[in-house]
Amino acid sequence: MNMENITPDPSMQVMGALSVLSALLEQETGQQISPMRTGRIEAALKPLMRDRRIASLDDLATVIVTGADRELETLAVEAMLNQETSFFRDAAVMDQAIDVLLTLMADAGERRLRVWCAGCSTGQEPYSLAILLSERLANSDKPFPDIIATDVSACALNRARQGRYSSFEIQRGMPVRRMVSWFDTEGESWVARPELRKRIRYLHCNLVADMPPAGPFDLILCRNVLFYFALPIRRRIFEMIAGNMRPEALLLLGAGETVIGQTQRLQPSPRFRGFYSLMANA
Amino acid sequence: MKSCLVVDDSKVIRKVARHILETMNFEVREAGDGREALDSCLASPPDVVLLDWNMPVMSGMDFLRALGDSGVTQRPKVVFCTTENGMAHIRAAIEAGADEYVMKPFDRETLESKLQIVGIA
Ligand SMILES: C[S@@+](CC[C@H](N)C(=O)[O-])C[C@H]1O[C@@H](n2cnc3c(N)ncnc32)[C@H](O)[C@@H]1O
Ligand SMILES: [Mg+2]
Repeated sequence: MNMENITPDPSMQVMGALSVLSALLEQETGQQISPMRTGRIEAALKPLMRDRRIASLDDLATVIVTGADRELETLAVEAMLNQETSFFRDAAVMDQAIDVLLTLMADAGERRLRVWCAGCSTGQEPYSLAILLSERLANSDKPFPDIIATDVSACALNRARQGRYSSFEIQRGMPVRRMVSWFDTEGESWVARPELRKRIRYLHCNLVADMPPAGPFDLILCRNVLFYFALPIRRRIFEMIAGNMRPEALLLLGAGETVIGQTQRLQPSPRFRGFYSLMANA
Repeated sequence: MKSCLVVDDSKVIRKVARHILETMNFEVREAGDGREALDSCLASPPDVVLLDWNMPVMSGMDFLRALGDSGVTQRPKVVFCTTENGMAHIRAAIEAGADEYVMKPFDRETLESKLQIVGIA
C-alpha cells in the first residue's frame, strides 16, 4: 500500500470529524451542509456505521481521511445527501410545467421534446411529470416527450428505476386516484407500472464533475438541488445548464431558488412566469 | 377555522388524529362509529371527515353511502383512514365517493398532504 495514502493529511487531522465529513461531501458533490443540518449528519450516518461496525464519527472520519476505502467514502457521501422529495411537490408549479411543455409542443410540430430532471432523487419528480403528461396527452398523437432524470446518488437512482415506494412515500403528495391508476401493490410496496417506468430514462450525473446528459433540452427541472452549493459552483452549473438548453427552452428551479444575480446566461422568462430562459444574445 | 370530524372506534387513533389536526389549527370533533358520525354531520357538517373503515354499529362504507343519501346540505370531504390497504378496498372507497385515502399507520406528513390534496389544509 502506498504510504502517502494511509498517512492522514495533517491539515485534516486538526479538523473535527464533522468538518472532515462535510468537506468530503462538498468535495464530491458541491453540497455544503447548512448549520441547521449538521445535527442530522450523525443520525444519517448511523446505519452505515452500524453496517461497517464503525464505533464513532471520529473513527469514520479517520478511515475516510486515510483514503483507504473508496466505497465507504461513496456510501458516506450518499448518506449525507439531502434527498428529501415528494410526488407532485409544489403541485401548482408542476401543473405549470406541463402547461409550458404543451405550449412548447404546439410550437415544435412533430419534433419530440426533451426534458431533463436534474437531481431527481428517488424518482418522485420525474414520475410526477410523466403521470401529468400521460394524463394530458391521453388523446394526443403528439410524440411523448423524452424524460431524462439524473442524480449523483447511485442508491437514489436505483430506487428511482425500480419505482418502488413505501406506503408513506407513495402517499406524500400523491392523490389516491393517481396512486391506483399508476401503481401496483407488491406486499407493502407500491410499484410504478411498466408503462409509467418506460417513460423515464435514469442516468448518473454529478452536476459538479460530469458531462451533462446529451442535450439540448426543451425543459430542465433542477429543483431543490442548487440551494446548498457555494455561489461559484452554482454559477458554473447555471452555465452548464444554459449550454444544454435550446434557444426557446425553459428552466424550472425550486420554490425560493433563483438565477438572479448568479449568472449572466439566464433570466426570468418573459413568457412563462416562474420559469427561466436564456438571456437574449448572451 | 376548519373543522374535522374524526370517526374511529379506537380511542387511541382518535386521540392521535386529534393531536395532529389541532396542531394544524383544526377544530376537531369525534365519533366512535358511523351512526354517531352521521348524526354529527346532519347536525352540523364539518369541512372534512376522517373515516375509519371497520367500526361497530355502522361501518365507514355504510356511513359514506348514508351520507350520500342523507341530503346533507354541505357535503364534507371524506378521507378514509384505515388499515384496509389493498387495491380492492381503495378502489371500492373511491367508487363509493371517498375523496382521499390514508393508509394506516399514518403520520403527520401523510395526513397534511392528503388534506392539502382535498383542498382543506
Ligand atoms: C432535495 S433533493 C430534490 C429532489 C427533487 N428535485 C425535488 O425537488 O423534490 C436533491 C437531490 O439532488 C441531488 N444532488 C445533490 N448534489 C448533486 C450533484 N452534485 N449532482 C447531481 N445531483 C446532486 C441529491 O442526491 C438529491 O437527490
Ligand atoms: Mg376500526
